[in-house]
Amino acid sequence: MAFQGTLVIDTEKCKGCGVCVETCPNKVIALSKKVNKKGYNYLEMVKEEACIGCANCAVICPDGVIEVYRAKY
Amino acid sequence: MTREEIIKPENLVYRRTPVLTDNIMHYCPGCGHGTIHRLIAEVIEEMGIQDKTIGISPVGCSVLAYNYFDVDFVEAAHGRAPACGTAIKRLNPDKYVFTYQGDGDLAAIGTAETIHACNRGENITMIFVNNAIYGMTGGQMAPTTLLGMKTATCPYGRTVEANGYPLKITELIAQLPGTYYVTRQAVFTPAHVRKCKKAIRQAFENQNLKKGVSFVEVVSNCNSNWKMTATKANQWLEENMLPFYPLGDLKTPEK
Ligand SMILES: Cc1ncc(C[n+]2csc(CCOP(=O)(O)OP(=O)(O)O)c2C)c(N)n1
Ligand code: SF4
Ligand code: SF4
Ligand code: SF4
Ligand SMILES: [Mg+2]
Repeated sequence: MAFQGTLVIDTEKCKGCGVCVETCPNKVIALSKKVNKKGYNYLEMVKEEACIGCANCAVICPDGVIEVYRAKY
Repeated sequence: MTREEIIKPENLVYRRTPVLTDNIMHYCPGCGHGTIHRLIAEVIEEMGIQDKTIGISPVGCSVLAYNYFDVDFVEAAHGRAPACGTAIKRLNPDKYVFTYQGDGDLAAIGTAETIHACNRGENITMIFVNNAIYGMTGGQMAPTTLLGMKTATCPYGRTVEANGYPLKITELIAQLPGTYYVTRQAVFTPAHVRKCKKAIRQAFENQNLKKGVSFVEVVSNCNSNWKMTATKANQWLEENMLPFYPLGDLKTPEK
């Protein structure tokens, strides 16, 4: 049994601090080159298929930006 | 599996707690205040005590905390949160009352209120956010500033000769008979965040026992005034703050 995870990122609330990026065991997430309305380089998924839904990124985010889903397959 | 197949209510593992309001927090990117707010709000949600909780915000960066929690709140004068908390809890003994304070607030201007509320054994939860600096006012030295650490008011680094020793107020109040549970936590890795949340939950649940103050210090960052990126600040915290402010329980009911 394995897990496939994914995120819903509230990009307008993201401040691009980057602390979530290094908590990801599979390098799924990175800061975008694009910015949100506040001018922050927001978080995006760059390797979605590698997400295991561990929620590390969501648990460290100071701004509660990340929603995590995980399905068994 | 497609994204649509995964994003279903039954697969949800983490979402922003509705005990936080929708307001975007004013804290600097990566500031621990946000993480600590979230943990308190999650504990309130999980305990089902949203309509039974009263928070007291300090003066400091978290002065506007009441904008972010969807619970009743009072804003205290600088350092006076434990005195407000005392009154609120005594008048509403069935409510869960917590103070939220920075190190300048709790360990400098509010030292008297902190020590006496702890010594009287008020049945409240105190959350103490130690970032070793006055964040809000532009990074002046706090009682908790480490020796050698540079701030706006000790630009060459804190020295014993000029500035005295950093104050371990948590160790100090752990000695008082009125404290029931005293712990030091941090939020710079997911594992620390999860552990910190358990401690905050314990500190709230203890109010049911009426045994005195439950006190949670959270060693946190101030990347803006430490003049580092958020990730660098978390690294600096681990290397410099934790040797002087070691994590763990200082006083538990069993100890
Ligand atoms: C009576 C009074 N004295 C001084 C100040 C100025 N002041 C505002 S915040 C602060 C210190 C805040 O530091 P801390 O409690 O560590 O909170 P942080 O911003 O670091 O979270 C001071 C001295 C004030 N607002 N009121
Ligand atoms: S849930 Fe885990 S695996 Fe997925 S992006 Fe977040 S940290 Fe990475
Ligand atoms: S921790 Fe939160 S605010 Fe910071 S970059 Fe990640 S999602 Fe954005
Ligand atoms: S000044 Fe420091 S404590 Fe205040 S919000 Fe910014 S990083 Fe956080
Ligand atoms: Mg401070």
